Amino acid sequence: MDWLGPEEWQAVRLSLRVSLWATLFGLPPALLAAYALARWRFPGKQLLNGLVHLPLILPPVVTGYLLLLTFGTRGPIGGPLQEIGVVFAFRWTGAALAAGVMAFPLLVRAIRLSLEAVDPKLEQAAATLGASRPWVFVTVTLPLILPGIIAGAVLGFAKAMGEFGATITFVSNIPGQTQTLPSAIYAFLQVPGGEGAALRLVAISVAVAMSALLLSEWLARRAQRRVSGT
Amino acid sequence: MTLSVALQHRFGGFNLDARFEAPAGITVLFGRSGSGKTTIVNAVAGLLRPEAGRVAVDDLLLFDTAQGRWLPPHRRRIGYIFQEGRLFPHLSVRQNLRYGAWFSPKRGTPAEFRRVVEMLGIGPLLDRRPGALSGGEKQRVAIGRALLSSPRMILADEPLAALDEARKSEILPYFERLRDEAAIPILFVSHSAAEVARLATTVVALENGRVTRQGPAAEVLADPAVTPLGARAAGAVLSATVVRHHDDGLTELDAGGTPLFIPHLGAAPGTAVRVRIAAHEVILSRERPVGLSALNIIAGRVQEIRAGDGPGMLVSLDTPAGRVLARITRRSAKALGLGPGTSCHAVMKSVAVAPEDIGGPVRNTSPGLH
Repeated sequence: MDWLGPEEWQAVRLSLRVSLWATLFGLPPALLAAYALARWRFPGKQLLNGLVHLPLILPPVVTGYLLLLTFGTRGPIGGPLQEIGVVFAFRWTGAALAAGVMAFPLLVRAIRLSLEAVDPKLEQAAATLGASRPWVFVTVTLPLILPGIIAGAVLGFAKAMGEFGATITFVSNIPGQTQTLPSAIYAFLQVPGGEGAALRLVAISVAVAMSALLLSEWLARRAQRRVSGT
Repeated sequence: MTLSVALQHRFGGFNLDARFEAPAGITVLFGRSGSGKTTIVNAVAGLLRPEAGRVAVDDLLLFDTAQGRWLPPHRRRIGYIFQEGRLFPHLSVRQNLRYGAWFSPKRGTPAEFRRVVEMLGIGPLLDRRPGALSGGEKQRVAIGRALLSSPRMILADEPLAALDEARKSEILPYFERLRDEAAIPILFVSHSAAEVARLATTVVALENGRVTRQGPAAEVLADPAVTPLGARAAGAVLSATVVRHHDDGLTELDAGGTPLFIPHLGAAPGTAVRVRIAAHEVILSRERPVGLSALNIIAGRVQEIRAGDGPGMLVSLDTPAGRVLARITRRSAKALGLGPGTSCHAVMKSVAVAPEDIGGPVRNTSPGLH
């Protein structure tokens, strides 16, 4: 695509990759957290609830800085991980981690809402038919919350695409490595004559966000039709 | 196979303390709402853990607090037919029916599948989804789903309560067939006297969490002390066989040597039928009535008289056909000089037939034959 400069194209590709990984890796823990919050009773449930939602309320810069402290090369988690070759600081993986953390509350919320809408009586019926708990989850609960999972995933993906504050604080703004779409737009706006490139990236952002929303609507409606049983 | 149940459970000021046995055939748990029926059924299924007790199917212990045994619901192999069907909305009818077989140690054979589908008449529905089914169809699929999980026994918690009369009469014959064909116990919760009369082999009457009476259906239903739904629902159930069909459109039955006449019944001579005679449809007479249009008159002897609230009394008569109940006023009882041992005649204004082995639609009540 020649209407996009190599640097701009790089930012677009990086952003898609970062958001995809952030969403994929965020989904399983989000499912677990949503299930725990919706179904289990345990001490510290409110604490977990608070922790999950924290990135939604904290200034993104704070989240980014906390990530830098814990997942930086000298951080309590980042340090040991570096030993085994996993590095987050100033890499695209760090951008994915930051985006994943910021998108996490949205994933959990959407999945939790759909979990709470599942009739436990259907799960009981499955148990009387011989399904153990894990099987009940796989054959009844999971298919029924699929629309919620899809909605959450798409929302999380869109959020990850737009993540700026935590990313730039945690992994800086290195072209080709950590310069995602929003970081690139910001960088282009800082240099004279960069408005054209910034505007093109803005258009791409809008297009990606819009198609993500439309896709999720379409998928959710399909899944809902399946689940409502008609 | 026999299910034996002994349960104690308390919740919110309600005390359940019930003990009963359910042999093969349909055992109806009968009682007002709030008498503890659903609690018992859920405890048998393992969906509720009672404080104390023991539940066993033959030698297999499902639950016993004395031995600290608790089998989780998915290992009990109990086919539970819920009031609301509870079909899985994301699966087709076929997948719903096969759901239990996925987890069953005895995988159902295709022949078994075909047999159940045919018995319930759900062949044309197999590829539909539950959302596209009517209430009666859903309930038939729910019955099939429970049957195809190769259960040790069947639980049915008011499976007909959510249906209108037409749908009820669509489903009832399937339960009759189940009772007559399956060798496993079926525990059926109901608060409808008509359902009990038609289906029950054994009746367990519940009141406020306690079993007030249990035994063979004919015996329990004819006991004037057991009127969990009030005297209005009282009635006796007699066993009879079809003798012959007369040219004038009547079918003659034989009930313990006494002939009974009902409107034409589509059943071959020799077929066993159950006849329900509601207590308020019976008139008593000291003399054998002469010049009366009623066709069905049985002679008997007063066994017991029970006073209820208000002006009514429930008289139970011993007749060659079995126990017959009559609801009359206090004033009439006095005028006739009725007391235990008095001989009198029961004049039946109408006789309701519950065909036992007929899969066709129910003929609920035959209008008065005179």
